[in-house]
Amino acid sequence: MTDVLNPPSHTTVPAPGADLRASAMRPVLETPSWWWPAVAILGVIVVLGVVAWVYQVANGLGVSGYNDGAFWAIYEANLVAFIGVSYGGAVVSAILRLTHTEWRAPLTRIAEATALVTLPIGMAFIIPHLGNPSKLWELVWPPYWNLTSPILWDFFAVSTYLLATAVFFYLPLIPDAVIALDRLEDEPASTRVRVRKSLYRILVGRYASTPAERRRLNGAIGLIAIMIIPMAVSVHSVLSFAFASSSRAGYMETILPVYFVVAALYSGVALVVLTVAAARRLFHLEAYISSRHFVRLGFVMIAFGAAYLYLTFTEYLIDGYSGTTGAAAWVYQIVAGRYAIPFWIYFFAGGVIPLVIMAVRRWRTTTGVVVASTLVVLALWIKRLVIVIPPATEPLVNSPLKGSGVLAGNWGTYHFTWVPISITVAATAAIPLLLLVVFRFVPILPMAEMEEIDEAGHEANLEASV
Amino acid sequence: MSESDGHLATSEKASHEKVTIGRRGFLRAAAISGIGLGVMGVVAETVAAATQTSTTTPTGPTKQWCMIIDLRLCNGCKLCTTACQTAHYLHEDQTWMNVYTMQNAAGEDYFMPRPCMMCEDPACVPVCPVGANFRTPEGLVLVDQHKCIGTRICMNACPYDARYFNWTDPVPAPRQPFAQEPEWPVPQVKGTVGKCVDCAAMLPSGQLPECVVNCPMGVLYFGDLTSDVAVNGNGATVKISTFLAENDAIVFKEEYGTHPRVYYIPGHGQDLNNNASAS
Ligand code: SF4
Ligand code: SF4
Repeated sequence: MTDVLNPPSHTTVPAPGADLRASAMRPVLETPSWWWPAVAILGVIVVLGVVAWVYQVANGLGVSGYNDGAFWAIYEANLVAFIGVSYGGAVVSAILRLTHTEWRAPLTRIAEATALVTLPIGMAFIIPHLGNPSKLWELVWPPYWNLTSPILWDFFAVSTYLLATAVFFYLPLIPDAVIALDRLEDEPASTRVRVRKSLYRILVGRYASTPAERRRLNGAIGLIAIMIIPMAVSVHSVLSFAFASSSRAGYMETILPVYFVVAALYSGVALVVLTVAAARRLFHLEAYISSRHFVRLGFVMIAFGAAYLYLTFTEYLIDGYSGTTGAAAWVYQIVAGRYAIPFWIYFFAGGVIPLVIMAVRRWRTTTGVVVASTLVVLALWIKRLVIVIPPATEPLVNSPLKGSGVLAGNWGTYHFTWVPISITVAATAAIPLLLLVVFRFVPILPMAEMEEIDEAGHEANLEASV
Repeated sequence: MSESDGHLATSEKASHEKVTIGRRGFLRAAAISGIGLGVMGVVAETVAAATQTSTTTPTGPTKQWCMIIDLRLCNGCKLCTTACQTAHYLHEDQTWMNVYTMQNAAGEDYFMPRPCMMCEDPACVPVCPVGANFRTPEGLVLVDQHKCIGTRICMNACPYDARYFNWTDPVPAPRQPFAQEPEWPVPQVKGTVGKCVDCAAMLPSGQLPECVVNCPMGVLYFGDLTSDVAVNGNGATVKISTFLAENDAIVFKEEYGTHPRVYYIPGHGQDLNNNASAS
């Protein structure tokens, strides 16, 4: 397959058949020269993060910059941010599937895989977050459960969502495994082929590719697509309750659940843009994924981005305007005080610039969307720090008459140290690392889904011409 | 103000019944009715009920511990803080009894000691995922550091900044007269939360808390709401209900509905019900 194919319009590939299957299977069957070096470098970064965590376990959370004046900080922000970016999968695969948006087809596998790897990484941040990780088992042991705790419900919600994400990744893979098995018949026998054959056989199970079974499978996929949306909403809502169940200005906000969900959708679509762009470049998928895909994803992204900007504005305006001492002090510290720099970085990099890039026709290109998405992913991580850290550093016992108005009290300070930075970098490196591994075993394009949409398109064309 | 506190002090039973419909009741009801997990709710309730009955001693009326802090007398020497830290082998920044410097309307400094408020409807208890925080029949809110997993959500919930984390290894302690238990959390456990325990282990033998004994000014009174008597470190004894009513006692951040069992007696021009960090 080459670039002689014109950029496809709404369908994904002009003729169903070998080209699509070859492209989708190439990462499984061939090892590019950069693969092992990339995996090695990423692996070393991840191992260094684990070393940093072991150091933290030995010496206490104090070595990670935490103190009584800043009891929640980077790990809690990472928990929110990494679980947040997994929402791209739900948007691209579930929402766009339910709205019968056909251009989504070549993106679904990459989006679902991104969700599948980022969600466990986000969940793993529970471990460095805990002061006493050796007692983690109490969270899964019912006699210890305290059902009035938002953290426990977080745990239930995220675990359910992880299960649903795994199922959502698995179901569309079944017909692809049938195709892949078929294709592997022609390959000369090797360990590589043998391992994949047995994997695909397990994936296929008792599925027979009859039209009736295919219909039933599509029904199941549609059902999961419907179920996964409220699940995704519940995960970030309940996550926000852990912050909101407090008397601290900035945490005790009724807007928090909505705010968390929209931020997650926003950053999630941005990460899908980045993984799709990387996959397209590295695995040569230009014939299937065109610049129109990026522009469309970009529009979906900034729709969430504009909503998020609006929520931010609403929250700070009302809290600042109400003038209750605590809320006003918190808003002041964010927009003009000690947290002003990170906040304004978010405002421009995560709020305004992506909107401008998508608004100007000349910048609305693949490069433009990738730049905007990079800014969004970084800025939304910074925004999570701005959500998590200021209320955790608020002084709750202070004298309103002391000092000058809103600056009263001794605010706590979080000190960044190499330990959490190393763990954060490791978690970031784990995303491409796991994706590289996943796509060594799983076809990178959903072959069956794309061919199905294509056939439907053909039939529609035939009917139209009759 | 004085009237409501007199009420709190004298008709303890009634006020206690009232507060149970508060935050905990609401959350429990919400949790149990939530998403088809009622069965788990029943299991947890049974477990909770079982543990509760096993710790209640049926002999005689239960003591209901409380503290009274006479702000008129405090000179900010912080001997209470250091006495507490010495007794419990705490780091310097773990100020279970913290003395804050505040300012009154006239612009003068005054000092405000802050132990754990031993809230009747504590914000810290319902948020713990593993039930490491609990309230005893004597009205003490305690932490089981052997259960605590270190999420710090209780530090987020407490409106009084009364909780302190063990961010590093605790101060090593010699052999203690009591076992390491919620009533005497010495030495502290790394990666768990600690806070003032009203020196719970010392109370059964009639000893006053360390901070109360070591306050040279007689600021801190410790007492029992059931018998309506409190004493300070200088041996002054007061009838709680009259003492609170006559001196216009207040509780800190009353509007949070935590119903603290620490009563403050303000001096002149002090506004303790400040809302400095509330939204
Ligand atoms: S003062 Fe804080 S730690 Fe103490 S019982 Fe009340 S909420 Fe809990
Ligand atoms: S009552 Fe005991 S634990 Fe509480 S502040 Fe006083 S000395 Fe410390």
